[in-house]
Amino acid sequence: MPELLLEVQGLETQFRTPDGVVHAVNGVSFGLKEGETLGVVGESGCGKSVTMLSVLRLIPSPPGKITAGKALYQGHDLLTMSDEEIRHIRGAQIAMIFQDPMTSLNPVMTIGKQLIEPLQLHLGMNDQQATDRAIELLEMVGISEARQHLKDYPHQFSGGMRQRVMIAMALSCNPQILIADEPTTALDVTIQAQIVELVKRLRDELGMTIVWITHDLGIVAGLAKRVIVMYGGYIIEESEVKELYAKPSHPYTLGLLGSLPRLDETKRERLFSIEGMPPTLYNKPEACPFAPRCRWSMERCWRENPELEVVGPDHRVACFVDVKTGRAR
Amino acid sequence: MENNQEVLLRVDKLVKHFPIYRGVFQRQVGAVHAVDGVSFDVFKGETLGLVGESGCGKSTTGRTILQLYKPTSGSVHFGGVDLAKLHGEELRHMRKKIQMIFQDPYASLNPRMTVGEIIGEPLMVHNVATPKEIEKRVAELLQKVNLNPAFASRFPHEFSGGQRQRIGIARALALQPDFIVCDEPISALDVSIQAQVVNLLEELQQQFGLTYLFIAHDLSMVKHISDRVAVMYLGIIVELADRATLYKNPLHPYSQALLSAVPIPDPLLEEKRQRTILEGDVPSPVNPPSGCRFRTRCPISQKGLCEVEQPAFREVNPGHFVACHLVK
Repeated sequence: MPELLLEVQGLETQFRTPDGVVHAVNGVSFGLKEGETLGVVGESGCGKSVTMLSVLRLIPSPPGKITAGKALYQGHDLLTMSDEEIRHIRGAQIAMIFQDPMTSLNPVMTIGKQLIEPLQLHLGMNDQQATDRAIELLEMVGISEARQHLKDYPHQFSGGMRQRVMIAMALSCNPQILIADEPTTALDVTIQAQIVELVKRLRDELGMTIVWITHDLGIVAGLAKRVIVMYGGYIIEESEVKELYAKPSHPYTLGLLGSLPRLDETKRERLFSIEGMPPTLYNKPEACPFAPRCRWSMERCWRENPELEVVGPDHRVACFVDVKTGRAR
Repeated sequence: MENNQEVLLRVDKLVKHFPIYRGVFQRQVGAVHAVDGVSFDVFKGETLGLVGESGCGKSTTGRTILQLYKPTSGSVHFGGVDLAKLHGEELRHMRKKIQMIFQDPYASLNPRMTVGEIIGEPLMVHNVATPKEIEKRVAELLQKVNLNPAFASRFPHEFSGGQRQRIGIARALALQPDFIVCDEPISALDVSIQAQVVNLLEELQQQFGLTYLFIAHDLSMVKHISDRVAVMYLGIIVELADRATLYKNPLHPYSQALLSAVPIPDPLLEEKRQRTILEGDVPSPVNPPSGCRFRTRCPISQKGLCEVEQPAFREVNPGHFVACHLVK
């Protein structure tokens, strides 16, 4: 077994809202191996972003609160260390890029200033070194004439260019782990393809470990090595990527894959649709969170919440039902 | 096969420019060339998909067809009349037959109106039913879109995105239109909800013999729902063909690149796939490139012809139209 770079155990995060407590993450455990690319898949509100934000302690608090769990990075628990300590890890060792590059950049600061500032703060570089490094970073993410662009403001850049700048910033301190939170959702497909290609190239060049959060099962198929599927604040399936697409074993994963129209489909068939809606998470589910929408749900599913169980090589699933037969395992 | 089909809507050289004003005297200094001469037919009962990236003019095309924007030039023939020439009462009358479903189910429903009022409003505005009849019709429509008729007295904020989109669909159906422009109706919805809405749209099409113009940027979904597909780039249609042909044998380099950029949810296929990655971004529609609009990003563009002359939109095979100099 390769060493785990990051190990999350029993993470629980809640948000106190005027309407009640939202149980966003309900005991999530997973490991991240050095050098791998992990895809975290789920619909909006399934807890995929909150999980990763919790790990970096970026949850706004209040209303958010991490109520249980550990996140071990190099033997240290990120959730209990001091604010000063985590600030040295954030950005420097674990970096994050966000969905919306329009709002993540400061509109009244030049791109150059925004790139140079963290280099001086984190790495103590002088003006000349930081400028050179900023140019090098912009070139690395495929922005030509980098020196001229340092003087530009974010509004002078297109969406794809801004996401490149965000990636350059995230990489500025040579992080070990890059967490990408739906970085291509706001972009067009041709630009998305550019960014995915760029991240793949950088991953191979720099040997980075990547966590890619997305709702798009297509991107994950081409990028990730291992995939976690989340639903209602739980991990419901975890598997090596090829195994997952060949043998999806949770009714939700199966439904999600079935509901996607495919570019390579030849016959026009009715799409498989999962009836109902995702849960609201105001109550921590005592039973399987997917039971109300599941076509195989049994009496037991409404009473107990299934734990993750091994069903194949590097493949775990939280379900009482064997989807191949439609009966209890 | 398509030649003997009835043409429901004919769009001819449709142009929509949005003027840009500057300075103290608000002089016009230029124009956004949002739609720059698109021509196509929509056959009765079919779904025509219109795909392209953001800013390519696909939504503007949809809205200009409905005369929500007045076209700069060109014509839209529907039911024997040119919609672009209609005004006031005549246009309002035609609007009964052409409806729209909007992208954002949060912005397109008035939060202060009940669902019943929202769905019943078109009936009231067009004065086609008494309040009693409207009530009955609203209940029917809610059932048609698989919502509980009792929801009529509730407000939009009580519903999820998918349910709201169903309300928007019920409103579009209220006047029993022939033609509906669906402007990215599923882009704002979750993956598992998208399939529900697409299935509903397909059912309704069969039931009522509707014709759709389905605008989207999701190529796999467009392929699923459409009979024919048109690809737009920077205000013009670069390729139009029936779905099987377009996806199996795309001829325009932009269609090829666009298709190759779509990820397929299958790791084995993804591993083997060869990608054409386009360089750069879409140029500004304020000042589109001379000649072929795609030449600045085109992997096969040539000096000379591509820079000078805008390629004609011509029929290379029966029913397969392409605007490229280099396609034989």
